[in-house]
Amino acid sequence: MPRTTNTNAISSHSKPVSNDEPKDLTAFSCPVPLPAGERILLGHGSGGKLSADLLQQVFLPALGNPVLDRLEDQATVSLNGVRLAVTTDSFVVKPLFFRGGDIGSLAVHGTINDLAMGAAQPLWLSAAFILEEGLPLETLQRIVASMHQAAAGAGVPIITGDTKVVEKGSADGLFINTTGIGRVRDGVYLSSSQARPGDVILVSGFLGDHGIAILAEREGLQFETQVTSDSAPLHALVAQLLDATQEIRCLRDPTRGGLSSTLNEIAAASGVGMELEETAIPVREDVRGACEMLGLDPLYVANEGKLVAIVAAPAAHQALSALQHHPLGQHAAIIGRVTADHPCMVVLRTLLGTTRIVDMLVGDQLPRIC
Amino acid sequence: MKYLDEYRDARIARALAAEIRRRSSRRWVLMEICGGQTHTLMRYGIDELLGDSVELVHGPGCPVCVTPLELIDRAIHLARRADVTLVSYGDMLRVPGSETDLFHVKAEGGDIRIVYSPTDAVNLARTLPNRKVVFFAIGFETTAPAHAMAVLQAERLGLTNFSLLVSHVLVPPAIRSLLASPKNRVQGFIAPGHVCTVVGCRDYEDLVREFRVPIVVGGFEPVDLLEAIRMLVIQLEEGRAELENQYVRSVQYEGNRPAQAAVARVFESADRKWRGIGSIPESGLYLKPEYASFDAERTFDLADICAQEPAECISAEVLLGHKKPTDCTAFGTRCTPDKPLGAPMVSSEGACAAYYQYKRHLVTL
Repeated sequence: MPRTTNTNAISSHSKPVSNDEPKDLTAFSCPVPLPAGERILLGHGSGGKLSADLLQQVFLPALGNPVLDRLEDQATVSLNGVRLAVTTDSFVVKPLFFRGGDIGSLAVHGTINDLAMGAAQPLWLSAAFILEEGLPLETLQRIVASMHQAAAGAGVPIITGDTKVVEKGSADGLFINTTGIGRVRDGVYLSSSQARPGDVILVSGFLGDHGIAILAEREGLQFETQVTSDSAPLHALVAQLLDATQEIRCLRDPTRGGLSSTLNEIAAASGVGMELEETAIPVREDVRGACEMLGLDPLYVANEGKLVAIVAAPAAHQALSALQHHPLGQHAAIIGRVTADHPCMVVLRTLLGTTRIVDMLVGDQLPRIC
Repeated sequence: MKYLDEYRDARIARALAAEIRRRSSRRWVLMEICGGQTHTLMRYGIDELLGDSVELVHGPGCPVCVTPLELIDRAIHLARRADVTLVSYGDMLRVPGSETDLFHVKAEGGDIRIVYSPTDAVNLARTLPNRKVVFFAIGFETTAPAHAMAVLQAERLGLTNFSLLVSHVLVPPAIRSLLASPKNRVQGFIAPGHVCTVVGCRDYEDLVREFRVPIVVGGFEPVDLLEAIRMLVIQLEEGRAELENQYVRSVQYEGNRPAQAAVARVFESADRKWRGIGSIPESGLYLKPEYASFDAERTFDLADICAQEPAECISAEVLLGHKKPTDCTAFGTRCTPDKPLGAPMVSSEGACAAYYQYKRHLVTL
């Protein structure tokens, strides 16, 4: 996902900017050189602080423009009065097949979800493959069949594609990139910068399933669990939510870095604080158990079929009920609220009634979950 | 989850905290030794529940934190060698050496593998006969038996391409050195339950007698820790100094004999440097001379690699409980988990990192 990261420096447009606005040349700044000898670490891909550093130090200085600078999960542009959402995402998950999905279905769902979080109805997808020499054709066939099934199930056709092959050792089996185009629902403007004190925070179901399903398959980490990845397309759930209420400020899918990173990003982009209730956050018993064993916090573990919604307080129960009436949202819950206190910080009220911070993920020891 | 939820029960926790507050006639200064315990205290905000009845200071029990700088530098040196595969627990990769860390060496092309168990390192040595596989063996008494078993297994398999870079430290000598310090203000200790599960309680009984200080062996969940604190406060209020065991579901007086035998067969104790503290007599484990061929320090000749620690870091005073992480002028500004200046900010179990991660909202930076 084109991860929105620390968006402190980003101006808070409440309305999308059209792509035909001239670029402000005076705003161009020279890319800040990274210290000599610096290299890309695995942590730069974690969606956490290092990823934010890359955006601020490399990508935005060179490529920044009013659309990109908003750093949402999808770009929103206007064409002849029609608002379109565009997003792109590369998938490098290891292993290629896991309980509840594979790299192919994930590549379809991930991009659909990035469109859905912008209130867009997904229209078309592209798929580009980077294949490693020696990959069994049967593996590719299985993955492509799974992509077809995922795309057909979601009603979103894959209309263009590309294939490249690299030498053995230059890729780990295969990588997939998908790009998606969708049409944004009229009159709806969602943004991470729109959370306001008093708003309510909802999640659409159990957290951490995808990350734990992947870890359960990892070399050296095999443990027995029935946890299945939650990988799923969320556009129908979003449509049901938006049909129920217009009072949605922001939608996000908490993928890499989990709920904690997503909420920290929204808090930073909106300049607000957040307070969560530990007892209200839905986590499956098996996921809790696996997290205990591995020393992980479920709030940092990835999801691929969940959304976080920031909703104006009066509409909170309407939104909750809309989510719960969809099969992908039946375990939805209100987990906290937006505060004016401690801006840019997410604070959790613990089981014991005390408080602690829920921070951005620093570093990443178990990469390649998506 | 059974055996877990009951030790996180809010009602029991609040009742214990209320009893501690009621029984304390003054503010007692207690230290938890283990970083895992520090983590629980911060994560659950147990200090908030206790109010002014108890001051908790955080001990030196984070093995990642206290691994000396020069051993990190030695691991980095090994990982940069073309013929070496360095195998480590994940936490160690972030720990800064003098100039860089293992994550950066990995990005430069160093062959570094993360494992959860030393057995995986032995298996790697079997499958990579042309590589010299070095396992970075860090930890307290808890990980020592598994590391000893790895050496014994490698010996049995006749592996000549497997060795350990050993950075093992022992808890009781650190407590002794702390109690002997004229600056000590700790009045009671929560001993580390996992360490005592392995080594038993005998050494802690000696400390109780020698220094007339109460020690309670404690577990790692909120109710465990509150119960241990309550037991310490009762002893202090009654003027007693005894060894007590709160963590009875895991710790037996004699400990785990087979584990102790494996450690005794492979390792011997000697002085060891602790990052942020300095050298503590008889506080480290080293491979015995008969296992020298499995000792990376000897087979790779690393003695020339030495290092100096940054002066600004007050980690010695934090690790010995003289100061709180928030007393440091660099805390949260020049020193963060991203860019740690010193040991306790390095690992999530370090006292400074735990404060940073969980308690920053209560502190003015």
